[in-house]
Amino acid sequence: MATAIGIVQQVDWDVPEQTGLWSDAWVRFRRNPLAVAGLAVIVVMIVLAIGARLPTNPGGLWHVLHLTGDPVQQEVTNTYSLPSLQHPLGTDVLGRDQLSRILYGASISLTIGIVVQFLILIIGGVIGMVAGYFGGWIDNLLMRFTDIMYAFPDLLLVLVFVAAFGPSFWSIFIALGLVYWVGLARLVRGQVLSIKEKEYVEAAIMTGTSPFKLIVKHLVPNSLGPVIVTLTFGIPAAIFTEAALSFLGIGIRPPEPSWGVMIEDGYAGIFADPRQVIFPGIAVALTMLSFTFVGDGLRDALDPRMRR
Amino acid sequence: MIPVLFFVIVITFVLMHLAPGGPWDREGKQLTPQVINNLNIKYGLDKPMPQQFLTYIWGVVHFDFGDSLRSPGQHVSQRVLESWPYTFTLGAVTFLLLVPLGIGLGVVAALRQNSVADYAALGLATAAASTPNFVIGIFLIIFLALGMNRLTGGTFYLPTGGMPQPFNPFQVELIMPVITLGALPTAYIARLTRSSTLDTLRQDFVRTAWAKGLKARLVVMRHVLKNSLIPVVTALGPTFVFLVTGSFIVETLFSIPGIGRSFVTSISGRDYTMILGTTILFAVLIAVVNLIVDVLYVFIDPRVRLSD
Repeated sequence: MATAIGIVQQVDWDVPEQTGLWSDAWVRFRRNPLAVAGLAVIVVMIVLAIGARLPTNPGGLWHVLHLTGDPVQQEVTNTYSLPSLQHPLGTDVLGRDQLSRILYGASISLTIGIVVQFLILIIGGVIGMVAGYFGGWIDNLLMRFTDIMYAFPDLLLVLVFVAAFGPSFWSIFIALGLVYWVGLARLVRGQVLSIKEKEYVEAAIMTGTSPFKLIVKHLVPNSLGPVIVTLTFGIPAAIFTEAALSFLGIGIRPPEPSWGVMIEDGYAGIFADPRQVIFPGIAVALTMLSFTFVGDGLRDALDPRMRR
Repeated sequence: MIPVLFFVIVITFVLMHLAPGGPWDREGKQLTPQVINNLNIKYGLDKPMPQQFLTYIWGVVHFDFGDSLRSPGQHVSQRVLESWPYTFTLGAVTFLLLVPLGIGLGVVAALRQNSVADYAALGLATAAASTPNFVIGIFLIIFLALGMNRLTGGTFYLPTGGMPQPFNPFQVELIMPVITLGALPTAYIARLTRSSTLDTLRQDFVRTAWAKGLKARLVVMRHVLKNSLIPVVTALGPTFVFLVTGSFIVETLFSIPGIGRSFVTSISGRDYTMILGTTILFAVLIAVVNLIVDVLYVFIDPRVRLSD
């Protein structure tokens, strides 16, 4: 008897299919030129952003290498300068180097965009998983709560959080996480509800798998695909919200050069020099576009219906 | 609907009182404590929180949303009715243009899958969806208002002077705000229509329709469109709400005195009654539009009627 259960469990844990899905997905992802291009842009941008935040120097690695200027150093006699060797994208209204500010802004946007997804994953994932797994009144309660959060104007929540914690990187970070988990919670709940009906889950329950193992070994891995896709599409959304909040003056505060702050500054001086808006505007759009392409690619690659 | 509305009011009420600051904070010279005390008594803010809440709910039940705290002597309903027509006009015009454009682009792209038209439509939609609306708006201002006006003699107004009065849906000044507001939802509807139409095109009944020699126009109109537009109609509901509740960014960029702007102003000014009144309006709108979509569903999808 004991050996029988042992064999069943062994069969149960040995899931070669799983690695098959991922390598298969990677093959299909690589065949999508837009997705690969998007991923390449993102990787380059991450490298540039990390370099811009080198802790030893305010201008980062690129300033040390004399590739860019300093993002906060003001040259008041050299405002709105045209692109030059020292300042590859020129300078802004206070004579600060535009390129280094855009690279510094990339670090803010990318950090917020990507790291907020972990917060959303924790909140939305746990709520959706609990609602879907336990069902009954717990499900009802959690889903009604989700409905209420959904009927709530996003901007109000974000603004209240930002007002409560003061406009800073962290308050935007927390506010975005607390506002945007709703969609993921609904998705995870739906996934769990459908996976719960599958035969292999029934088999696992029959062999006495503990709820924890059931969740970790079956429910989480099998609902991972759509979750990853949703989170990837959440990245440009979060980048947009941060930029919009900073643009409105309720997000990241100057002198920290977030893209939203730069666009706000540039818009104020739009008659003097439209370039001040165009470069950070292109930076936001390019980043969001790259993540959207990667999301599209992932969605097609992780869709089991598209498997060969 | 009533319970959700009730909880939306409760959460808004609690959140806005939790946010630091109050309606009597002034930039620069502060009001004297005596004045603040009198104002609190006048507007009932000196009472304990539960009593304030019950008084407010009692008022709402009688359609009395109280006086604006920041605009003395003006009812909330009056202020909302002043600003909402601007937002509604802009949103409705955008919606009326968006529906044929988004659906048309999506259907054409799907019918000619992998053609130049498909890639062009899809590329345009993806680019529009991943460019933040404030960037689109500013770029329009730079290229149309700053760039083109020399040629056209001032067709595109510069938003610095404010939107010309009176506000009517046919004025040329709406061109730039409509594009800015409508780019994202149009792209979203186009992408949704495309994927939904592609799904329908692969169905057996479409193949049957082709096989029995039906004219292309009839196959598309009778069999494909009718079925593929079901998810699109569902998405049009929230899109409509999104458009007519106003965008703070678009209204700020183009100096439109709409409700999106007034909402954010009330939040940052802690105008409690205005915040609650606007939130209630938005929540009711969401509920009503969802109801309309449900009713429309019965007409476009007979399966819904059968299952009831």
